Amino acid sequence: MSAAQEIAAPPATPGWKRALGKARSNPTTLAGLLICLVIIVSAVFAPWLAPFDPTEQNIMDRLQPPGGDYLLGTDQFGRDILSRLMWGGRISLTVSLGAIGVAIVIGGTIGMVSGYIGGRFDLFVMQVMDVLLSFPSLILGLIVVALLGPELVNLVVAIALTAIAPFARVARAPTLALKERAFVEAGRALGFSHLRILFRHILPNILSEVMVMGTLWLATAVRVEASLSFIGLGVKPPTPTWGGMTRDGFENILDAPWLAICPGVAILLLVLGLNMVGDGLRDATDPKLRNE
Amino acid sequence: MLYFIARRLLAAVPTLIAVLTLVFVIVRIVPGDPALVILGDQATPAAIAALRTRLGLDQSLWAQYVAFIAAALQGDFGVSMVTGRSIMAEVGAVLPHTIDLTLAAMLFGVGVGVPVGIWAALHRNGVVDVAARLLSLIGLSFPVFVSGIFLLLAFALHWRIFPVIGSANLEDYGDRLHKLILPAITLGLVMAAYITRVTRSAMLQSLGEDYIRTARAKGVPWNRVVWVHGLRNASIPIVTVVGLYVGILLGNSVLTEIVFNRPGLGKIIVGALNQRDYTMLQGLMVIYCFLIVVVNLVTDLLYGVLDPRVKAA
Repeated sequence: MSAAQEIAAPPATPGWKRALGKARSNPTTLAGLLICLVIIVSAVFAPWLAPFDPTEQNIMDRLQPPGGDYLLGTDQFGRDILSRLMWGGRISLTVSLGAIGVAIVIGGTIGMVSGYIGGRFDLFVMQVMDVLLSFPSLILGLIVVALLGPELVNLVVAIALTAIAPFARVARAPTLALKERAFVEAGRALGFSHLRILFRHILPNILSEVMVMGTLWLATAVRVEASLSFIGLGVKPPTPTWGGMTRDGFENILDAPWLAICPGVAILLLVLGLNMVGDGLRDATDPKLRNE
Repeated sequence: MLYFIARRLLAAVPTLIAVLTLVFVIVRIVPGDPALVILGDQATPAAIAALRTRLGLDQSLWAQYVAFIAAALQGDFGVSMVTGRSIMAEVGAVLPHTIDLTLAAMLFGVGVGVPVGIWAALHRNGVVDVAARLLSLIGLSFPVFVSGIFLLLAFALHWRIFPVIGSANLEDYGDRLHKLILPAITLGLVMAAYITRVTRSAMLQSLGEDYIRTARAKGVPWNRVVWVHGLRNASIPIVTVVGLYVGILLGNSVLTEIVFNRPGLGKIIVGALNQRDYTMLQGLMVIYCFLIVVVNLVTDLLYGVLDPRVKAA
């Protein structure tokens, strides 16, 4: 490697492009992408696509089985399940995207800064993160929501809190290696501020790793949000949530099993889709697998 | 070995104190006066003051902190605000059910995950491998309450092989086992899926090493190569994941207990949530942390057994 190459920052974009290209050729990733797209489109455009009002009660049509006028049937209040699923998807997506976004920004910054500064500070920060990691995430989320109250924002905070430590770790590891690289040293020699080095030179190089993990953690966030709603700590009724619908359906499981099955399948599909995409991206960006 | 155990035990104490500190901070971070939250807006100032004294809220934050840590380290987790009974007693009464469930789920996870993972690794890119990868991805995506409801619908309501209600008589072991199977499969499913993946990749890596070639070259039977030479060296990542998963299992056991209506820690937590029993929640958090710290300790000790290099480090 020549001196000039040594000093030049590693190109960030081609790695991304290569990863995307590789992920695209994987059928599992494509299937996952398709599942996610269908769910995202139906949630985003729910106000226009949903056949019925998700909260409108129609007592004459209560507990209709799937098929007929109501594609997926109706619940005990005669509300259309399909419309409720489409609207409920908005909550799942908003909460999990919000939570993982917050976790990436806070956790990623903590990890990057901690790794960059190094020394005792780094050791201390990572110890704190390890402590945070030692809580079972569902229990932590459950107690934080219980203490703060079941609001959308609090769900985002609770789920973000459980995901900060993993993102701090994933951002720190490559930072430790990158800060020893010649291009960082060159930046310092040129008098760049630490902030500029961190955000303009180190950040682009760790971004792909963080984003891949973000996709996988989105799946976890969807699952945790649904679990909290199932326990009764989700966004309050009458707003439909998948976890809440599953719980209501579970109470009528003998008369109308589809009430629990439909939202359950919806959660399963979204989590599966996200896992498939995340897996594909990870395989495509993993340097150990790249040369296979 | 004794020295290694003693050192690990000592190292667990600061972790425990740190975790307890976090519990303390989380509970105190709640906006508003807990006494006011508990008693509601209608409470008289005298009642609020009395409750504040009883909860120790009238003391300085530092004094509260020291008292909390000291009590917790002595195994005193406080008293439920609602029932007035000691939290340890309430938890002790149902803990066997949760431990049954968690251990059974772990057995299922390891018992299914390790053999399937090895099988998949031995037939890399074959039918078995592709099927195992796909199934483990699906298993990994099941929220516990969804798989629980599906299994309940299929095996308890449709085919009626297992009972719907999971509250078992602790004295009757046959009954206990019969009512444990479905919840344990539910809880262990995600773990089995994850262990399959980890075992597969760890085995692939370990089977590619030089010592495997050496073992085969000197005529060691293939089965022995796989199960002894290969698995032993693949066991560290597997043990790590099992240790990490115990925390997830404990969290998910809450959902399993709700779906199967089993007594256990989960039932207590949900009860405490509904009754806003803050001291109970704090105590439960501490107990969960104790369990996790113990599991991490056991995991560390297992590393020492499996890999002699760890002990020396």
